[in-house]
Amino acid sequence: MAKLIKGVFLGVLNVVFIWTALFLLGHQAYWVLLLLVLGAALVNFIFISEKGYPYRYLLPASFFMILLVVYPIVYTVYVSVTNYGTGNILSKEQAVTQLQERRILDAEAGNYTYTAYRDGAGELWFLFTSPQGELLLGHAGRLEPVQEGDERFSQLAQFTELTRADLVRATNELSALSFAFDETWQLQMRNINYFGVYRPQYEYIRERDELIDLESGTVYRPVLGYFEAPDGTRLTPGFREVIGLNNFRRLFTNPQVTGPFVRVFIWTVQWALLSVGCTFAVGLLLAILLHDPYLRLRKFYRSVLILPYAVPAFISALIWRGLFHTELGIINQVLRATIGSGVPWLQDPVWAKVALVILNLWLGFPYMMLVCLGALQSIDHEMYEAAVVYGACSWQQFYHITLPLMMVSVAPLLIASFSFNFNNFSVIYLLTRGRPPMVGAQTPAGHTDILISYTYRLAFESGRGVDYGLASAVTLVIFLITGAITFINFRFTGALEEVRKNV
Amino acid sequence: MYRRHSLFGSLWRHAVLLLFVVFALFPILWVISASFNPANTLVGQRLIPGNPSLANYREVFTSEQYPIALWIKNSIVIGLITSTLVVIMTSFAAYAFSRFRFRGRRTGLFASLLIQVFPQMLAAVSIYLLVLSIGRIFPALGINTHAGLIMVYLGGAMGVNAWLMKGYFDTIPNSLEESAMIDGASPFQAFYLIILPLARPILAVVFLLQFIGTYSELILASVLISSTEKYTLAVGLQLFIHDQYASRWGVFAAASVLGALPIVILFLFLQKHLVAGLTSGAVKG
Repeated sequence: MAKLIKGVFLGVLNVVFIWTALFLLGHQAYWVLLLLVLGAALVNFIFISEKGYPYRYLLPASFFMILLVVYPIVYTVYVSVTNYGTGNILSKEQAVTQLQERRILDAEAGNYTYTAYRDGAGELWFLFTSPQGELLLGHAGRLEPVQEGDERFSQLAQFTELTRADLVRATNELSALSFAFDETWQLQMRNINYFGVYRPQYEYIRERDELIDLESGTVYRPVLGYFEAPDGTRLTPGFREVIGLNNFRRLFTNPQVTGPFVRVFIWTVQWALLSVGCTFAVGLLLAILLHDPYLRLRKFYRSVLILPYAVPAFISALIWRGLFHTELGIINQVLRATIGSGVPWLQDPVWAKVALVILNLWLGFPYMMLVCLGALQSIDHEMYEAAVVYGACSWQQFYHITLPLMMVSVAPLLIASFSFNFNNFSVIYLLTRGRPPMVGAQTPAGHTDILISYTYRLAFESGRGVDYGLASAVTLVIFLITGAITFINFRFTGALEEVRKNV
Repeated sequence: MYRRHSLFGSLWRHAVLLLFVVFALFPILWVISASFNPANTLVGQRLIPGNPSLANYREVFTSEQYPIALWIKNSIVIGLITSTLVVIMTSFAAYAFSRFRFRGRRTGLFASLLIQVFPQMLAAVSIYLLVLSIGRIFPALGINTHAGLIMVYLGGAMGVNAWLMKGYFDTIPNSLEESAMIDGASPFQAFYLIILPLARPILAVVFLLQFIGTYSELILASVLISSTEKYTLAVGLQLFIHDQYASRWGVFAAASVLGALPIVILFLFLQKHLVAGLTSGAVKG
């Protein structure tokens, strides 16, 4: 039975592998195909050989982790050294094709007059007269020389000739047409009276990787994702290319990018510190009050104070945005009634930050309260009795016993909370969307943007086009910082030691 | 540390606590009140609505332009499927880490620890492009599908959860499985019939944390899902209310109450277990 299940399971997996392999083969994605074949071989080995037994348990989890966490991280690193973004979306091959299709009017070739006809099926026919007086018949994108009296020429008499009014009406249709004589030139409409000769503007020389302007003879060479002339003129569209550390250089040295980035960075750190500081201070205060055995209604207070934590944060943030509403929100209504004027909560940089901290205090203090209550309960009561014997007052007891002992278990959670808030996208995005915007920044940045919401806007929301390369570079900076914080935390909790001794 | 309170001591303590009770409760009560206020606007709302009605709730269930009830259902279904699969996958992985000795075990443990450093949402751009190409091979897993979104969540869920579970499995004595294997059980049967039932508490914790996390996830869902009828509540609700507080407050409030309800109920009933899990390092979204 077990063998049968195993067989069916492996069979299904292999069908999926083969299906994927065929698709990749069809799209000539040979590197991915190679990886797939190696992966499939490994999976089959794990399921067939007894040696692979433990790995069978790890397979599903590792598969999804490698595909959807490890690979995206590696890809992010790659994108951060490219210029991927608006204007550089295409591959080089696609950009070259587009540029080669670009045509330019050959003024010296003169104007071609024309008469247009529609046949019974509604299709268009053209009779062109060249400046030299030659006749050309144009239909379905092709041109042929004709003589008066030809069979094809006389055929035109049976079609309806288009009047000038018809031509004006059909301008859009006509101007989209082109008639190729050979590969190098074609006829296109210049205006309602004439057609003109259009030649390709550029020619791509593959061996030398150069694009030549056929008219002026200028040579364009690929430089950092664009074809560039010696005088620095760039052709658009550009293409996707590895540009080394340029994104990082922009981030740290270009004043218009660095300015907003540094301000966003400073606010991110302030935000994380303020969030942890405020929630911890309030949580600790409430925990100390609630830990008091002489306090009445402890259970009531505890279960009510925990409620904000039970509401999903994305809902709370949206609710608070309603409360903070400048014109209609209840907070400003109360302020107007009591002190006479409201506060521009979401329009002023400072007040927007205050609003964010208040919201995060509401969201986070119950967690800190629970954590502190747990820590307080674990402190041995005899400690305090001994302290009383030595004459310590309650403040001294708190400072020398409660706080240090609590910190042992709470400190790692504070650090975790710091790195969580460092990347707390939803709260920022839902309450202020990073607004109000910073004035004069080259990249979209707001006064309340933290690094991660700034990244999101760079990648997905900029009105001036997206910049995946720069967004990925910022992402790597966030990775480094979060990584460092988490590493410090591992030292605290001894998680690394746990791995080490778990041989 | 604590002594019997004087009258003043007891007064200020209750004053401080009441202050925070008001702070904690006011937004919740205000929204519940708005949800029953037929006016559907922020203007002139009172804590006790004048003539309460269920009109806003009706709108949540019947609106065709904004199918909010459908979004809540989507969120719940995606959350349930994700959490179930995550519990299955991580319990397998955690069992291997806890009971087997094999090459690469330490590396694997270290990797699952390290991977928590990289919040998955940060790689949203790469994930979007990846899902786009997966969708070309398997359209059912592509952009704008729930299956694709669930697949992405499965990848991000491994780190913390595997670590939590392994810790719990380590506390279950080996002798139970050994005696089962002497009686002829295979390692898989020992895992399935002995370890899993004993580990029920941690399975519940991982399930719930994952459910709450998935239910509230915003970035990946908004990047990957683009059509109205497939939105999760987190994506749909913010688009629904975006800058429209004056004209949609009541319906929004009703949607908030309904949307928060599943999580609040879960949380209040299972507080004890959840808090244990949360204080060992997981952070709620």
